[in-house]
Amino acid sequence: MSPDLPLIWAGLLAVAVLLYVLLDGFDLGIGILFPFARSKEDRDVMMNTVAPVWDGNETWLVLGGGGLLAAFPLAYSILMPALYLPVLLMLGGLILRGVAFEFRFRARRRGRAFWTRMFAGGSMLTTFAQGLILGGFIQGVTVIDDRFAGGQFDWLTPYTLLVACGLTAGYALLGATWLMLKTKDDLHGDARRWARWSAAATAVLLVLVSVATLLVHHRVGLRWGVDVAEMQIRWDMLAPRLAIPGLGLVGLGLVFAGLRRGSHVRPFVGALVVFLSGYLGLAVGFMPYVVPYAIDFRQGAAPDNALGLMLVGAVVIIPMILAYTAWVYWVFRGKVDAESGYH
Amino acid sequence: MDFDALLLSRMQFAFTIAFHILFPAFTIGLAAFLAVLEGLWLWTKRDAFKTLYLFWIKIFALSFGMGVVSGVVMSYQFGTNWSEFIRLTGGVIGPLLAYEVLTAFFLEASFLGVMLFGWSRVGNKLHFLSTVLVAIGTTISAFWILSANSWMQTPAGFEILPDGRFVATDFWQVIFNPSFPSRLAHMLLAAFLTTALVVGAVSAWHLLKARRNPHHPGVVESRVGLVMAIGLLAVVAPLQLVVGHWSGEVAHEHQPSKLAAIEGYWETRPDQPLILFGIPDRRVQDNHFEVAIPGLGNVVQNVPRDEAITGLDAYAVADQPPPVIPFFGFRIMVGLGLLMIALGLWGAWLTLRMKVFASPAFLRFAVAMGPSGFIAVLAGWMVTEVGRQPWVVYGVLRTADAVSPVLASQVATSLTAYVVVYAIVFTAGALFILRLMAEGPVAAVTEPEPRQDRPPGWALAKAPEDAPGDPS
Repeated sequence: MSPDLPLIWAGLLAVAVLLYVLLDGFDLGIGILFPFARSKEDRDVMMNTVAPVWDGNETWLVLGGGGLLAAFPLAYSILMPALYLPVLLMLGGLILRGVAFEFRFRARRRGRAFWTRMFAGGSMLTTFAQGLILGGFIQGVTVIDDRFAGGQFDWLTPYTLLVACGLTAGYALLGATWLMLKTKDDLHGDARRWARWSAAATAVLLVLVSVATLLVHHRVGLRWGVDVAEMQIRWDMLAPRLAIPGLGLVGLGLVFAGLRRGSHVRPFVGALVVFLSGYLGLAVGFMPYVVPYAIDFRQGAAPDNALGLMLVGAVVIIPMILAYTAWVYWVFRGKVDAESGYH
Repeated sequence: MDFDALLLSRMQFAFTIAFHILFPAFTIGLAAFLAVLEGLWLWTKRDAFKTLYLFWIKIFALSFGMGVVSGVVMSYQFGTNWSEFIRLTGGVIGPLLAYEVLTAFFLEASFLGVMLFGWSRVGNKLHFLSTVLVAIGTTISAFWILSANSWMQTPAGFEILPDGRFVATDFWQVIFNPSFPSRLAHMLLAAFLTTALVVGAVSAWHLLKARRNPHHPGVVESRVGLVMAIGLLAVVAPLQLVVGHWSGEVAHEHQPSKLAAIEGYWETRPDQPLILFGIPDRRVQDNHFEVAIPGLGNVVQNVPRDEAITGLDAYAVADQPPPVIPFFGFRIMVGLGLLMIALGLWGAWLTLRMKVFASPAFLRFAVAMGPSGFIAVLAGWMVTEVGRQPWVVYGVLRTADAVSPVLASQVATSLTAYVVVYAIVFTAGALFILRLMAEGPVAAVTEPEPRQDRPPGWALAKAPEDAPGDPS
């Protein structure tokens, strides 16, 4: 029996994107929180908590893009033109914030203020654009004859703007809870305050996005057992799926309980769980499509020999990547303070 | 000229890839140089090697960061602007790009963190291992991207399905396509040359300064750097001539239209001349102001004199590459290559006679040649990419059929955005790098990083005695 290669690759890519969102989420979140820091020294420490790992985190995005190109070339060739401008905004943001890590430490006074702003602005732009991409993906893409056939601003709707706000709050939560894990003293206290605010915002926006998704996108609603047109709820479908928002509640509970008890670790774990639940919740809506709601993962897949060749490499190399990534995080474990900068 | 989505997308790709390639061209060689420096330091315990390492790693960090961000753009641009290319050929070159991410990008990105920030946390040997792994990662990256690009030059191991999509019949042939070995070797040597020229120029600049100011710091380090650069140049620059020629022979066999554009041959005939100068003109299908040596063309191409070499007249005008850029790009690259050989051999001769630090003429020549590697790399890539036109996959898929279904206004917007962002980012980056280069390889022991922007309480400001164990 030969393995179901398109299914395996759909799963691998889903995991890669999830890892990207979780990992780069917290370092983008630090950029979002940058304007709220009290001092240059605090911003230095915030940046140093992610400086050794951000590049590796961002590589999951390159794997997401490169993996989609390689495993689902048809999906890649439809989605990228469809999301042309948000992808451009994301890349612009990534460039400005990526170079800011080095530039901010090399610049003199005025230049440093500029690159501080670019780090914050670039992180926000990247996050917001990723939210637009996510929203544009979920609301579906117009496809005729295997090519994108929609308009250039199809991705710009109230729904996608809402998703983008939600993702911004979520990344801020990841960033704030990461900072609670990695910092001490005053900055830790600030991070705790930021975590409280961003957790509240994330909770509200997550509910709004969920409701909007069910109401605005009829097709997605049906998959949850919610038929808006007929005003019917099929509880036999909805009930098992309620485990996913339940997981989100557990995550938020972990965050808030951790915040109240002064835990340094639990809020971050809780934030990760919230993201996992949001991710699964969205996945229910668009599975098995790689281009919602036109191309499924079998139609979009590369030829089997290409998928097979890549699977050999993935099976051998991805465990190695995970192992040395974990090692790098272990090397840089512990609290970061003003003493442990590199420059 | 019609500024449609196709032309604008080509301009955007040329612009973004030209900026991107500068950084890999530099960091591939620089990573290897850093690995050698750290290895030499661990072996000999000579401080000069460590000072040099700590100096060049700062420049490496800046260059690598700019290479990463401009590279992420590339991995999405294939889709935003060249979606038809990916839709049709993704099943063949996709795995090559995926393997680049899996085998190279993660390795580089993860161990770069340890290399830059981890010295006090992992110990010397693991740190050295990290440097070596980053260097290996940059080379693996070159392997895959050159393989993909070479497949576009000399496609092999595939068939085209009735619906137009490409599918691989033999991935071994796809990866090791005919032009891949020579082009990979050519690019890796180019990267080593680029680094050697920069290291040589910076070292020579400080040695020139030291001639006027006996207290100029970092003289020992600059001498070590200069001699290492000369050693590499003296070997690699002549070798590059041989490898470049090999690459040309492969083009002669597999991409005759490209070779004809490079050489300025309009007529298919035996006994071709060697054209030194001219202005190729597609409208008249001839060169203006041609300066040529009769009979030498076949000799240089290693083709018997009575055997014909294809000229551009063998192709319909619509199938000819635009000849001006390949023609001049090639001559700029080769001219600079010959100057690099001269620099390497002169330097080696002076070094063997123990006079290299005392020759201001040589030191000035080395400084002047500092950017020549970058210029040659850009010229060479323009030769090969423009020479492939009008094809995106040579002989099988036209560039015009590869572009995304997007509007010209969208591409004009993105091109403008890239020009603005790159102008800011790469101007700033270049200034930071030049500023670091001007500071020079100063030993941290004698001068504990006098950085005014560090508040008291920073490790380096507070405890200079720790400085030798801290990677700055």
